Amino acid sequence: MATKTRSLTKETLIAWYREMVLVRKFEDKCHYLYFEEKDPARKITGVYLHLCSGSEATHVGAVKALGVDDHVITAYRDHGIAIARGTDPKRVMAEMMGKRTGTSGGKGGSMHLADRERNFWGGYAIVGGQFPLAAGIALKENYLKTSNAVLCFVGDGAMNNGYFHEAVNMAAVWKLPVVWLVENNLVGMGTRIEESSGQVNPLKRADSYGIKAGPSVDGQNIIEVYEAVTAELDYAREHGPVLMEARTYRYEGHGVSDKQFDARADLKEELATWESRDPINILRDHLLAEYKNLDREFAAIDSETTQIVDEAVEYAVSSPTPTFDDLMAHIYV
Amino acid sequence: MAKNLSMRDALRAALHEEMIRDERVFIMGEEVGRWQGTHKVTRGFYEEFGADRVRDTPISEMAIAGVAVGAAMAGLRPVAEMMTINFAFLAFDAIINHAAKIPYMFNGQFQVPLVIRAATGWGNQATATHSHTPEPIWAHFPGLYVGSPSNAYDAKGMLKAAIRDDNPILFTEVIALYPKPSAIPDEEYLIPIGKADIKHSGDDVTIVSYGRGVEWSLEAAEILAKEDIQAEVVDMRWLRPLDIATVLESFRKTNRCVVVEESLPHYSFGSEIAAQLQEAAFDYMDAPVKRVSALDVPLPFAKELEMMALPNTQKVVQAVREVL
Repeated sequence: MATKTRSLTKETLIAWYREMVLVRKFEDKCHYLYFEEKDPARKITGVYLHLCSGSEATHVGAVKALGVDDHVITAYRDHGIAIARGTDPKRVMAEMMGKRTGTSGGKGGSMHLADRERNFWGGYAIVGGQFPLAAGIALKENYLKTSNAVLCFVGDGAMNNGYFHEAVNMAAVWKLPVVWLVENNLVGMGTRIEESSGQVNPLKRADSYGIKAGPSVDGQNIIEVYEAVTAELDYAREHGPVLMEARTYRYEGHGVSDKQFDARADLKEELATWESRDPINILRDHLLAEYKNLDREFAAIDSETTQIVDEAVEYAVSSPTPTFDDLMAHIYV
Repeated sequence: MAKNLSMRDALRAALHEEMIRDERVFIMGEEVGRWQGTHKVTRGFYEEFGADRVRDTPISEMAIAGVAVGAAMAGLRPVAEMMTINFAFLAFDAIINHAAKIPYMFNGQFQVPLVIRAATGWGNQATATHSHTPEPIWAHFPGLYVGSPSNAYDAKGMLKAAIRDDNPILFTEVIALYPKPSAIPDEEYLIPIGKADIKHSGDDVTIVSYGRGVEWSLEAAEILAKEDIQAEVVDMRWLRPLDIATVLESFRKTNRCVVVEESLPHYSFGSEIAAQLQEAAFDYMDAPVKRVSALDVPLPFAKELEMMALPNTQKVVQAVREVL
């Protein structure tokens, strides 16, 4: 563990642990409601559902590094980021079920969560679509001469999209306060990074844009992620964009409905290796090594998070579906 | 009092007034600053407003549109310039999937008060990739407004209204119209979004057009007047919102309609007007709706071929004769 961990209190680490467990249970519940739930009134339907199980340390750790006036934006794998930013899991689950009480009123679905009040600018389902938006949000901060910064999640696969080149370059020219955090889970949908990228080290691309290559951190270690993103956000406030990397993994394939691990035996083998470095277990082991008598706390976290997820499901199930008026609303201001 | 200004200078005046009025309004695009604007609409702005508000961009259409969308969501009021509409195809995703969808998709949490200006239209043998007038394609999508003025007076009032509106707007400017003057009042005026304008009154036939087609339509109306055929020319100004009510009112009087468009005939502005007329006013229809469009070909280089492919005043006159 990094030497700076002393500055993180036990309470903080426990809170993060609790949140990672919550995100994992939320995702497990989504998986259940999508595949196994028989009652149509309780099912999650639709073609798309992208779970972040396995990536909790990267998602929660990076979001925790943000100040209240900082911003975060991401792609479609957005459940954990919304929850980490403080969005009520009830409203997130309601969005999963297309309910009126969802974060996007049931019109966005799981890929389009957002919470304007918390400067969570959304999940975006067009790969790379969030990159120029991140630069644009940063441009506003730059224009108004604030010290707020933008955290933009970047999939390793999305780095090959033209948006990445154009947005990172423009942010570089204008020295916009963006941390481009490459969430490197080694595979874009079903294509591995070395099959899709001439340069497999994401950080080496920073040089071609004349921006800082930040660190490559262990994305399974929330403390490492938090400390690195905190430092790079501070750099970005002063000097402009940074490209950094968190090496992580996702357990459930690109979308839950795909058969990534059936189609590719090599990925399945790799999955087992990554599961042995589970981000929740890593923090748990750290806590157990540092502090005594946590059994009761862990048990409480287990039951509390189960309850939060169960309540979220009940809230979503009992929420009204959107109406014709909702269908026609917000096309224009 | 009024003074004659070219459409270029009328647009420049609109931008200038809005930038003075609201500090959140800024300009971004290729060559808009130091170069003074490819079409010189932003001439002098870089010197007057500085590099923060007149932002030269890399040649990056996806990012010009996408960064402008993000800045608009965050509370600024960008006026992003696409050097020509032809290059805006590269930004289709940012404009359609993002600018036009974000307010809806996130249930009104975000607004996108963005104007994308783009020079449009053919001329000077610019060839197939540089001669598009594709406004109808963009107008296909709910969430975006699309406007295209036919003269300097309208251009000024429409652009000012667009900048003040909270919706994303594609605003196209016909290159051939940039030098053409109108009398521009000294007093400020706005032309409301989605309001068509009768540019010439008549009882015998309704000619519906926008942008450069209005010029041909008005010339045709003059020629037809000499034959005692009174044409009513409706300048739509906006393809979205589409002021079909004004067209219907005219059509119920004339019972005949010709649609004039600089662009292509398939799935077009003309198709839409014709469809809406037959749905809403079939009983008033004394002749099929006639469309005057470009021929269904990519525009070639040779001047003679280019002219063959494109609509003109004579084609409008001929079409009117066919519906009478």
